[in-house]
Amino acid sequence: MSSVLFDVPGPKARTRNSYLNIATVIVVVGIIAFILFRFYESGQFTAKKWEIFTFPRVQEQFLNAIGATLVAFAWAAVGSLVLGIVLAFGRLADSSWVRLPAYWFTELFRAIPVLILMMIMYYGLPSAGVKGITPFIAVVVGLILYNGSVLAEVFRAGIESLPKGQREAGLAVGLSKGQVQWIILLPQAVRSMLPVIISQLVVILKDTALGFLITYNEVLYYANFLGSQGQYGSPVVPALMVTAVVYVGLCLILSGIAKLVESKMSSRVRVVKTKVGMAG
Amino acid sequence: MNVIIDNSDLFLTGFKNTGILFAISAFFALILGTVVAGMRVSPAPAMRAAGTFYVNVVRNTPLTLILAFFALGYPKLDLPEISFMNAAIIGLSLYTATYVSEAIRSGINTVSVGQSEAARAIGLPFMQTLTLIVLPQAFRSVVPPLFSVFIALLKNTTVAAGFSVLEAGAIRAYLSERGEPLLPGLLWVALIFVVLVLGILTPLQRYLEKKWRVAR
Repeated sequence: MSSVLFDVPGPKARTRNSYLNIATVIVVVGIIAFILFRFYESGQFTAKKWEIFTFPRVQEQFLNAIGATLVAFAWAAVGSLVLGIVLAFGRLADSSWVRLPAYWFTELFRAIPVLILMMIMYYGLPSAGVKGITPFIAVVVGLILYNGSVLAEVFRAGIESLPKGQREAGLAVGLSKGQVQWIILLPQAVRSMLPVIISQLVVILKDTALGFLITYNEVLYYANFLGSQGQYGSPVVPALMVTAVVYVGLCLILSGIAKLVESKMSSRVRVVKTKVGMAG
Repeated sequence: MNVIIDNSDLFLTGFKNTGILFAISAFFALILGTVVAGMRVSPAPAMRAAGTFYVNVVRNTPLTLILAFFALGYPKLDLPEISFMNAAIIGLSLYTATYVSEAIRSGINTVSVGQSEAARAIGLPFMQTLTLIVLPQAFRSVVPPLFSVFIALLKNTTVAAGFSVLEAGAIRAYLSERGEPLLPGLLWVALIFVVLVLGILTPLQRYLEKKWRVAR
């Protein structure tokens, strides 16, 4: 793919590339060294700042916080997928009484920032007399409304990109419209849209960190709490470093699973594709 | 209706700062993102690796965490002080740049091979092939995804409210300090975002998309 832009390097280009490589390594190592040096100079690597992580209670609560992040993610992910499918079917419905509300719903909730949605849930609704909104509910519902609307567009685009014949063949063998959507169109749409769906799931996982701002007790919230412990030297930077590792790790695991599923699914699709290719 | 009139000062300052955050971060993200995209398609493997590493790490880190680092962690590093506003701009730019770079990189891939082959045939080196031939075409096909990135940036600016920047997301906190009703206030904020996104940015996206469409 990147070879589109340049030929196989000759002797001159190889020398130039090796200079470029060396220069890049020097710059990158320089930046990383500077950051580490600043961390070291300002005492971020002293034992005192990391001592707090050695307490079993702290470790346990940190794991609890990771659990809280994962629980919010799981609920939000399932909810978003369900809402996404429902809204996608709504947008593809024959009746404009269903189609238009679904259209406005997706447009509206994609335009409002997730944080504002969460604030409306957590701060706005109680002030209007609605009771029982916990930070957890606010986080999950906010994420579902936004990501459900985004996923609805993804599913819809997936279904509309399918060849017309799929739907027609389904109807021709006597399936009802609903059956055609469920059994014929949706599975194919999900398969072709899997990369987008997965990256949206990663977005959901990352956005659970917004819960920090509305006092949901997740990883970042707990890290901030640890960072404010003055008697352990206010280890803000160490706590944020640990949190970053946790998030990057979780997201990479999620993407890894996604790649695995994708390669399994695409191997089945490829067979179909080669057949089509031979026919043409 | 009263909330927004009684607190018009708050709404004006809030959305003015949102605009500033958005404009400056978009500018830096576009530059940095283009550079990173260039690195990711460069002939030097180390540059490609550095670009890929940056994108993968930052894209998998929540924006809230990045902003928390610049607002809360950075002051502990004994470096020159920066305001919360600048901290938010740095965080938003670094975060958005990864999405810009991915959008541009996918745009580069849509430019047909013949274009860069022709450029090489007349003797242009890599940098000129990229900046004179490929990128101008890539930017055009990249308008829709790039606009989606910037719409996301506009909405992401609200996260800065959690880190002492008085912008649209922070209006809620000030309203509750003044004892104003929160739900109408928040709904107004949401409505203004809807107008900004659906009323201004999305039509602009469609217009540019039409105007700059390339016939292939």
